[in-house]
Amino acid sequence: MKKLLTLALALVLCLTALLAVAEEPLNLTMYFPVNVGGSAAQLIDSMTNEFNTQNPDINVQAVYTGNYDDTVTAIQTAIQGGNPPDLFVSLATQRFTMADTKMAMPLDELIAADPEGQAFVDDFIDGFMLDSYVEGAIYSIPFQRSTMVMFYNKDAFAEVGLDPEAPPTNWTELVDYAKKLTNENRYGVAIALNSGSAQWAFTGFSLQNCTNGVGLMSADGKEVYFNTPENVEALQLWLDLQNEHKVMAPGIVQWTDMPTQFLAGEVAMIYHTTGNLTNIKNNADFDFGVAFLPAGKQWGAPTGGGNFYITNGISEERQQAAWKYIKFMCSTENAAQWSIDTGYVATRNSCYETEVLKEYYASFPQALVAYDQLQYAQPELTTYNAAEMWRILNDNIQAAVIGEMTAEEALQTAQEQGDDLLFDYQ
Amino acid sequence: MARITTAAQRRRKEIATAYMLLAPALLVMLVFTVYPVLRSVFLSMTKYRMGMEAPEWIWFSNFQRLAGNSTFWKVMRNTVAFALMTVIPSMVLGLGLAMLVNREGRHIGFIRTAYFYPSVMPMIAIASIWMFIYMAGNGLFDQMLIKLGGQSMNVLSDKDKVLPAMAVMYVWREAGYLMVFFLSGLQSINGDVLEAASIDGATGWKTFRHITLPLLAPTTLFVSTVAFTNCFKLADHVIIMTEGAPNNASTLLLYYIYQQGFTNMNYGVSSALTVIMLAMLLVVSLPRFFSEDRKIHYA
Repeated sequence: MKKLLTLALALVLCLTALLAVAEEPLNLTMYFPVNVGGSAAQLIDSMTNEFNTQNPDINVQAVYTGNYDDTVTAIQTAIQGGNPPDLFVSLATQRFTMADTKMAMPLDELIAADPEGQAFVDDFIDGFMLDSYVEGAIYSIPFQRSTMVMFYNKDAFAEVGLDPEAPPTNWTELVDYAKKLTNENRYGVAIALNSGSAQWAFTGFSLQNCTNGVGLMSADGKEVYFNTPENVEALQLWLDLQNEHKVMAPGIVQWTDMPTQFLAGEVAMIYHTTGNLTNIKNNADFDFGVAFLPAGKQWGAPTGGGNFYITNGISEERQQAAWKYIKFMCSTENAAQWSIDTGYVATRNSCYETEVLKEYYASFPQALVAYDQLQYAQPELTTYNAAEMWRILNDNIQAAVIGEMTAEEALQTAQEQGDDLLFDYQ
Repeated sequence: MARITTAAQRRRKEIATAYMLLAPALLVMLVFTVYPVLRSVFLSMTKYRMGMEAPEWIWFSNFQRLAGNSTFWKVMRNTVAFALMTVIPSMVLGLGLAMLVNREGRHIGFIRTAYFYPSVMPMIAIASIWMFIYMAGNGLFDQMLIKLGGQSMNVLSDKDKVLPAMAVMYVWREAGYLMVFFLSGLQSINGDVLEAASIDGATGWKTFRHITLPLLAPTTLFVSTVAFTNCFKLADHVIIMTEGAPNNASTLLLYYIYQQGFTNMNYGVSSALTVIMLAMLLVVSLPRFFSEDRKIHYA
């Protein structure tokens, strides 16, 4: 009898163990960066928790890994160590590098296998979906996307006799207004020139000036066109703002310092990300406006921000789970709410049909400017070996800014170094 | 005969014990120092980037390419310049501080701690604080200049001022650390010698010049090695403060290695740079290695 009881007990234990194994959810890890201030990290955590509750068979752990650069380093290290995350958020512009280094996988098969897949992908705004492709394959899904806009101080405009409702619409007006706005305690305009930021703003100026649509690079990421006369002209404008007109602070202004300076009234117009909208809205003690980037020969603005990638080489089961998670995070409702909470631009056309977003824009029309500008926006500079290419352009722009080279010499040097870097891919 | 065997046996046993006691440290050294060094030397002669199946042997091509790269030479010049700007000043200051606090007193412990304090802080924290000091226009430094009737300098974006500005910060941090070594050196000097000197009529400067300084020689040599190797091993403050700007005017070797390896994912080139750095560290360590117990007079 006792023996039988023990046996039964053992059997029950075994079964429980088996059941426990079967019920153990699939654990996924996701690395994500945060590049704007505020509570973005907490938002991602709470969205992830909601996903885990809805999907008891999957447990995604979201790991905050610093800024975009730190995150790439973390992924790289994890892959080298044989313990990669299953999915991650990285710059859209890292896609060539992600494909080339085999860190990320193409998503086309997952999209094709999913009955809703094609409709899901088609719903994203073209301007954002543009920089998901490598050699015709989709490598990433737009998530925290931004574009550059101009924030301007309406009170300062009124003070110097400019119409607060008429921000500059072209480069001539930009210079003109900036001159009027500059005084002892205030610069007219600010553009961040530190490494990692200058190339983003410069993409915008290049797009505004290149009527032939050439810009800074080829769509396949294998060629750069830094030394065109249009780009030299664009860089010359920056140098003139600093040295000739003296309406922009000399030297290198940091990206992260600019909102503070704007809020303190030390600069009247800044080129910055829409991701900063909430911050400026909450902290400005003056009336501020949001405007399109002033046009050169045409309107133009760079898009930026991060996309979801799935790590190369994980099991099919994990790929499916990761795909499910991405679809959840980028669902119409979540993408719309994410946009409201952060200031990032909602990534899908259907978001703009939702009540929450309509109400938000009605109450805060400045937020709509970024969306309206998207029709003129194009991806920022990216190529194979993107990080190195950014460095090349940034270093040479800085050389021109500190007077080591002329605009033409700087972009010529950048061109030569860029050609050399892409030699293997041509 | 039997006694000799026993002695030899005992000696063998002693050697075995010694090795056994050394084994843990040796093992750690092998895994964390010797192996990485050998691996770096190997990788420095290969083409190896993220995504490649295996390193590709290319002999000295990485070094050749670096030799023809103007950025690399700029980085080397910066690294040497930064060493020259920081090592001597921080040693002089460290010695000065040590002399100041080498006495008895009620609050001396507090003062010593205060001087030493900056070296306890992580470089990242220090860099963040000093970034505010050097911030363009609004920073403490620029504000001071403006209050004194000058112009704001924005040192961090000036190619000639950015390295000296960083050097000042580093000397401030390092002096307190070097002070500790000098202090222990000073305290190991026999008081009788100093007393004899004062009986012979030596004044403060003379005592310092002819007694203290020579007796401190071994400490000084040790400190200079530490100071040199420390200042070659710096990268964190560059990441925080400038990311090498403007146009690599503040890029130091270790930051360049980090950039090549972790941002550009180019392991071949970053290993080649690591080997160059190892060679530099070896060179600055040589004087201490050879002069140990010879020319230097130990007190």
